[in-house]
Amino acid sequence: MAFAASSSAGSAGSSVSCSGSFTPSLVDSLFQRSLDDMIKALRSAPGGESSLLPRIIDEIRREVRSTDRDTKCLAIQKLTYLSSLHSLDMAWAAFHVLELLPSSSPAVKRSAYLSASLSFHSSSTDLLPLATHQLRKDLQSPNPFISSPALHLLSLSSSPDLALHLSNDLLSLISSTRAPAAIRCRAAATALPVLRLAPNSARGFIPELVEFLEPSSPLLSTTVGVFCELVSSGDPCPYLTLAPDFHRILLESRSNWVLIKILKIFTRLTPLEPRLGRKLVDPICELMRRSPSKSLVFECIRTVFSSLSEHETALRLAVEKVKDFVAADDDPNLRYLGLHALGLLGSNQSWALEENREAVVKSLADPDPNIRREALRLIMSMVFENNVMEISALLLNYALRSDPEFSNEILEAILLTCGRNFYELVMDFDWYVSLLGEMVRNPHFAKGDEIERQLIDIGLRVREARPELVRIARDLLIDPALLGNHFLHQVLSASAWISGEYIQFSRNPLEIAEALLQPRISLLPSQVRAVYIQAVFKLVAFCFVSFVNGEISSDSNCDAYENTGADSEGGDGEVECNPNSFVGSMGTKEHITSKSIIHMLNLVGTALNPLSECDEVEVQERARNALGLVHMLNGIEEWKTEVEGWKTHGRIREIVELMNSSFSEELGPVSTLAQMKISVPQELHLKENLSDLAEVLGSNDISLSLSVSFSLRKQGHFENKDESEPANESTSLLAEHRKRHGLYYLPTEPDENGSNEYPRANEFALSSNSSNTTEDLLKLTDHSLISRKMKSAKPRPTVVKLNEGDFLATTASKNANEAKEDVLSGAVKEVLLGSEEKPSSSGKTIPEEAIQMRLKETLIYSKFDSGSTEKSILVESKHRSSSSQKNNKNHGKERRRNSKKSEDKDGNSRSSARGSHHHARNKHKQSVELGDAALDVALPSLAIQDFLL
Amino acid sequence: MGIRFVLLVNKQGQTRLAQYYEYLTLEERRALEGEIVRKCLARTEQQCSFVEHRNYKIVYRRYASLFFLVGVDNDENELAILEFIHLLVETMDRHFANVCELDIMFHLEKAHFMLEEMVMNGCIVETSKTIILTPIQLMDKAS
Repeated sequence: MAFAASSSAGSAGSSVSCSGSFTPSLVDSLFQRSLDDMIKALRSAPGGESSLLPRIIDEIRREVRSTDRDTKCLAIQKLTYLSSLHSLDMAWAAFHVLELLPSSSPAVKRSAYLSASLSFHSSSTDLLPLATHQLRKDLQSPNPFISSPALHLLSLSSSPDLALHLSNDLLSLISSTRAPAAIRCRAAATALPVLRLAPNSARGFIPELVEFLEPSSPLLSTTVGVFCELVSSGDPCPYLTLAPDFHRILLESRSNWVLIKILKIFTRLTPLEPRLGRKLVDPICELMRRSPSKSLVFECIRTVFSSLSEHETALRLAVEKVKDFVAADDDPNLRYLGLHALGLLGSNQSWALEENREAVVKSLADPDPNIRREALRLIMSMVFENNVMEISALLLNYALRSDPEFSNEILEAILLTCGRNFYELVMDFDWYVSLLGEMVRNPHFAKGDEIERQLIDIGLRVREARPELVRIARDLLIDPALLGNHFLHQVLSASAWISGEYIQFSRNPLEIAEALLQPRISLLPSQVRAVYIQAVFKLVAFCFVSFVNGEISSDSNCDAYENTGADSEGGDGEVECNPNSFVGSMGTKEHITSKSIIHMLNLVGTALNPLSECDEVEVQERARNALGLVHMLNGIEEWKTEVEGWKTHGRIREIVELMNSSFSEELGPVSTLAQMKISVPQELHLKENLSDLAEVLGSNDISLSLSVSFSLRKQGHFENKDESEPANESTSLLAEHRKRHGLYYLPTEPDENGSNEYPRANEFALSSNSSNTTEDLLKLTDHSLISRKMKSAKPRPTVVKLNEGDFLATTASKNANEAKEDVLSGAVKEVLLGSEEKPSSSGKTIPEEAIQMRLKETLIYSKFDSGSTEKSILVESKHRSSSSQKNNKNHGKERRRNSKKSEDKDGNSRSSARGSHHHARNKHKQSVELGDAALDVALPSLAIQDFLL
Repeated sequence: MGIRFVLLVNKQGQTRLAQYYEYLTLEERRALEGEIVRKCLARTEQQCSFVEHRNYKIVYRRYASLFFLVGVDNDENELAILEFIHLLVETMDRHFANVCELDIMFHLEKAHFMLEEMVMNGCIVETSKTIILTPIQLMDKAS
């Protein structure tokens, strides 16, 4: 047996020689496959591993029942191997693993522990309580090779009950003077999961751990790690009182691991107590200047960027340092981290981003998609309303040359940034709408959903953008090539809807009708075709009405549009947008004649007739609607002739009025809370009848709050993106844009109007003649910092918002967030701040406001008494005694300022209780007896106040 | 919990060691490993060692045919984790003398013990190679 892992091989070998008395297992032992053999067999199995696995598992199932310890152990070892590398379930063997835990052989014990810690969990194994006694025994073992794996199992697989039962043993191990430092370290690390599982044990653990926050303590590294986790996973408030200890470690420790963790803690604490910043700036700057370790320097940069950014010197230095990261050509890791760190800066520090601008833009062309993504994020955070046009145009151009995935990421970023908060960055909607049109032309385009949403949304919200929307929609609909691309179907659907709804802005409805009815629409999915047909219906109705009305009131051809526009949409008299000016700028509209109407009706008839038998109900129904209209119109002969007076024909008037009234109502955006605005009729008792169901449907609340918090997260994401920076436009790009879309600029260059009447469909591709490097992107770097005013003097069109809906949504989610309780932070607060409230398993915690109030108060008091701490203590104690009843009797007692002492006391009384099995009861008693100590624990809050002064 | 999991995966994407510090069911583990392998193994030398995945970050490093992948919280220091990976490799190297994939396959338990000595519940507790290896050498001697 050539087995180098001699621990297991040795034991397996010895089993062969000494277990002869167990006849049933002798055969098993003799012919048992060793771990090595199994691995070799699996590797060389002809049919692949899966063919051999069932047989091996059968063997293991047989072997594991053996009464021979070593046979069993080897079986468990094999099973552990298979479970952790081949994801085999080994829950069925849990009991066998437990059987091996008490083994006298350290090697067997260790294997069993490893197996248990890899596979046990309180949610999947209910046998864990059986191991309690064994775990306790092993924890107390003087042999570190036994206590160490026991600690490991406790930290990985413990259940709340087990954690509570063993917390006392763990505590004595941490504070033990006999146990080696390595074991105490592990015990301290295990305190974290135990604290999480049994928050009530905080009273014991926290003061103990606080003692190790000494630069010379052997347990420092682990303890700092534990506090770092506690601070970052829960409410950081209670740990403010430990700031002086952390600060001392920051000054004195030489270990990079420790310093990194300490910096992380301060990143969390500084926002709560801004005055901490002053204390931190110097040591952190010192570290940044001196430390050779990149990881530590990076952590300093991160700390400064995220929580010390208002300290000028530190920020300058950090920006200086981050330049080395961002510009590290040979190390993609540093480049990534540099960009990542820059993303932490807020909009107030945009100059720092500006200084690194060139490197950031260059990174857009990095071979690593992750770095590109970071760079894109940063660039989008530089977008402001005065440069949104240039940056978007540049990125769009760049997206053409990127790989499909990144190309779509760019498009998504532009859509997200421009669409943020009701398009707050967009000043010129004509520009934005044409930008959306250009995006669709990108060969990698796959963002149909979002474009569809935004096109329709802009149509509903921004009245002034509708003519341009209709123009863009026409360009898209008319291009037969687009129909074949399934990513574009959504966009086409939106375009068809826009064309139908805002047809009055179209210059040539007949052309759109032809586009909507072209044979290739059979490529579209049925729901999009339904939208197409509905658009045709609206279009026919509009054309007929405008034909009739135009014939009535006009002598000149040009007036036709004027009147129909006013008539068809102005029925309700709330239309401010005057199409006259629009018509004036667009030139004359093609006059609708009876011939063109007849042509259109014929076209609709031929194209839709086959669809009236379509098996898709939506398509069929709408096709029949449209055909019905066509037949009805075809049935009236009068309008087709030139006979005078047909316009006053009763039936025609009737039809015109009917159509006018059915399409005159304007569609608008709907608030998410629209339903709430409708008052409930008195006779309708919504809640009463359903109240009986409340118990049954109790879980409803949870799902509600979930959805609310989701919306909050989304919003947070949007806000993050808001770190904008003013940057400036490149005139050359603006000129380029103006050349392409001159029509939509104010007439400073009047000659452009005519030339752009019918933009070519593939216009964007033609214009992207710039070089295929990132050079043009680098033009961004040429911009000066000073933000210029918008060139266009055009006032921003109003965007219809339904704000109250969003407002309510955010407040609701806020409440949901506040309602979230953290039992552990409550328990820690109780220990570190000495709050009067006792932690209870029911999860009752001290409200955060109360803690902050208390801290604030102590700070205010301390301001009054310049330096006399005695007095401040007095005030503090008065304040406390007035607010709490239970420590009345200790009122006049001398208070010790040293927090340590109070904890010592706490520790001593606890150690007297130690060893008792009735720990829980003792602890309870202790909390009553030690009213005095509990009072003193509050005093660290004074320590931090002195520290800050 | 700084470190969420440590994975060793070979070039073919087969898991060679998996240690999780947070509980995941077997299905979740399998899915996670598959996703991570797909994401990380396709990356080239010129690309950075950090990949964002779900709600955490993966810091990885390739040594010959083995990928060392460590899943960490988002605010963990990436460079420190890279140093940790290197320490782990050096430790294994010292013990196995020029460690390779087969060493870890055939001595999975020992590899786990080394990791146990270094990481406790996701916290790095020991960084000295000598101290990490002492108990393992003692165990070797005892048997």
